[in-house]
Amino acid sequence: MKILRASSLLLLATPLAALAQAAAAPPKLNVIAISMFLVFVAVSLGITVWAAFRTKNTSDFLAAGGRISGFQNGLAITGDWCSSAALMGIAALIYTTGFDGLIYSVVPFGAWPLMMFLMADRLRNLGKYTIADIVSLRFDRVQIRTLVAVSSLVFVIGYLIVQLVGAGTLISNLFGLPYATAEMIIGVLIVLYVAFGGMIATTYVQLVKAVLLLSGASFITFAVLARFNWSPDALYAAAASIHPSKEAVMQPGGLLPDPISAISCGIMLLFGGAAMPHVLMRFFTVPNAREARKSVFYAASFIGYFYLLTFVIGYGAIAFVMKDPRFLDANGAIIGGPNMAAIHLSEAMGGDYFLGYIAAVAFATIVAVVAGLTIAGASAISHDLYANVFRHGKATDREVVKVSRIAAVVIGVIGIVLGIAFKDQNIAYMIVIPFTVSSSVFFPLLFLSMYWRGLTTTGAVVGGSVALVMGIVLLVLGPTMWKEILGHAEAIFPYKYPALFTITTSFLTMIIVSKLDTSDRAKREIAEFDDQFVRSQTGLGAEEAAQH
Amino acid sequence: MHRLYRLIDEDPRFHALQRSRSRFAWSLVALVLTGYYSFVSVIAFAPALFARALYEGTTISIGLLAALAVLLLSIGLTGLYIVRANRVFDRLNRTIVDDARSRFEHR
Repeated sequence: MKILRASSLLLLATPLAALAQAAAAPPKLNVIAISMFLVFVAVSLGITVWAAFRTKNTSDFLAAGGRISGFQNGLAITGDWCSSAALMGIAALIYTTGFDGLIYSVVPFGAWPLMMFLMADRLRNLGKYTIADIVSLRFDRVQIRTLVAVSSLVFVIGYLIVQLVGAGTLISNLFGLPYATAEMIIGVLIVLYVAFGGMIATTYVQLVKAVLLLSGASFITFAVLARFNWSPDALYAAAASIHPSKEAVMQPGGLLPDPISAISCGIMLLFGGAAMPHVLMRFFTVPNAREARKSVFYAASFIGYFYLLTFVIGYGAIAFVMKDPRFLDANGAIIGGPNMAAIHLSEAMGGDYFLGYIAAVAFATIVAVVAGLTIAGASAISHDLYANVFRHGKATDREVVKVSRIAAVVIGVIGIVLGIAFKDQNIAYMIVIPFTVSSSVFFPLLFLSMYWRGLTTTGAVVGGSVALVMGIVLLVLGPTMWKEILGHAEAIFPYKYPALFTITTSFLTMIIVSKLDTSDRAKREIAEFDDQFVRSQTGLGAEEAAQH
Repeated sequence: MHRLYRLIDEDPRFHALQRSRSRFAWSLVALVLTGYYSFVSVIAFAPALFARALYEGTTISIGLLAALAVLLLSIGLTGLYIVRANRVFDRLNRTIVDDARSRFEHR
């Protein structure tokens, strides 16, 4: 009822918004953006049809048959990693706070070297379709998979809401489409990609989008630098003279209120980024550990390059958007909010056609990232919960693929419903949910199971569950939820980022409970570490897993 | 233990490889974490250090250069790892596995 009323209000508001937009920008702009997006849709649906013919079994559906090359996978991972938040969110943060925005490009990137040194080879050598495969090798299948699958779903849904709510707002701004329509378009597209084309379609769509995003961001960067005769110094001087905080725009400010928050946020981004299920499951789409390493290297290079570009794009937005009346409303505030800084900058640099291109890329980015999340959620449901927990490994290939397809549709529908329900909510804080889950549940679990002989099922499950519940509780009691959203006077838990506490608790609980576990099962699990270790180092046994 | 895995486990070269590989990986981890923790710690405890201009007459701050350095360090070390892993570790690994396979088949 509420949703219905909201959407009818929206329909009423649309002509007004369109009028307001028509006054600010030429109306043909939307046509360009929409036609460019339609080209992307046509190409991606072509890919989906092609992929659907090549998808014959579970391995094809969930791991693209292990036939993706390191280079292709590196690009696809880049696509998964760089959501629209990477382009628009970081530009927005730099636009408003200057240097502090850069922290959000630099710190998460540390996850890449860590993934390369500690995880890439071992993950590929141990896993099959999902990260639960790695931890269930020597542990109780039902218990451990239930924990990982439930946590994965919390991760996926939390991440999806952030993407979808951001997407709806962005797309109604850029294309002049109503919010609900935008959500529906995204929903239909991802269900088509994932349900029919599986991991093959998702990978190639992600790859195409990564190339489009990298070229678009490169163009903006070079155009900005060209205007300053290729002198970064001149660009930063111009930004500092325009921005209200002047020289301080180049200096760390108050975005992170106290040392504990800074460190907590830092390790959340670092460890959380290194253990995201939708990124890690891409390691299983390549044939062996060597290609897995290559994909990490290509991904790290492309993502690092992209983050370097944000150093110019963010400050370029200050230099070219902040004083340009085309992009400001009557009160002098940026039209559409700071998230539009990168979009306005693209118009300032390349005119209507380039604006259309970047708008289409932004839409494509959201669709592709949501598709990647959806297949991660679908694999948690079909491979972990259905095939291994409920059917105890006895499900046929055909059944698993069928359940994956149904799961993809269900996740798509849930995403759209939540996306519409959370409209107009400030959801930026919600990105902390998936990162808290991956840093406090997945990272300790993967790390200890691969590196510590002594971990047992009981330790892993107790530690992981405690961390999951504690993370959610502390987020609810923290300043963002308890104070700003629920309207209480003081937050019960004083920090915005609970990761420092949940990661520590998770590691300690897993270690202590495992040490206390002297059951026969625990002894057997510890003894099996040697087999797992040889496999993780040599890849022996992984070939058979990949051929399944 | 699986017999083939045991053959590999009995090979002293396997343990030597595993040790040198893990020493290499952990040194790189230490380098990266030092870089990141120093970066975040300066922001948390001594932001004034990053606020200074790189040299007289520029707006580019030490912080901006540090951010750039941390990014480039990460890409560089990732590249270093893959070169050593692909050239050295992979080859040794293949020899060890092939040897174990042939001993396994001759038993």
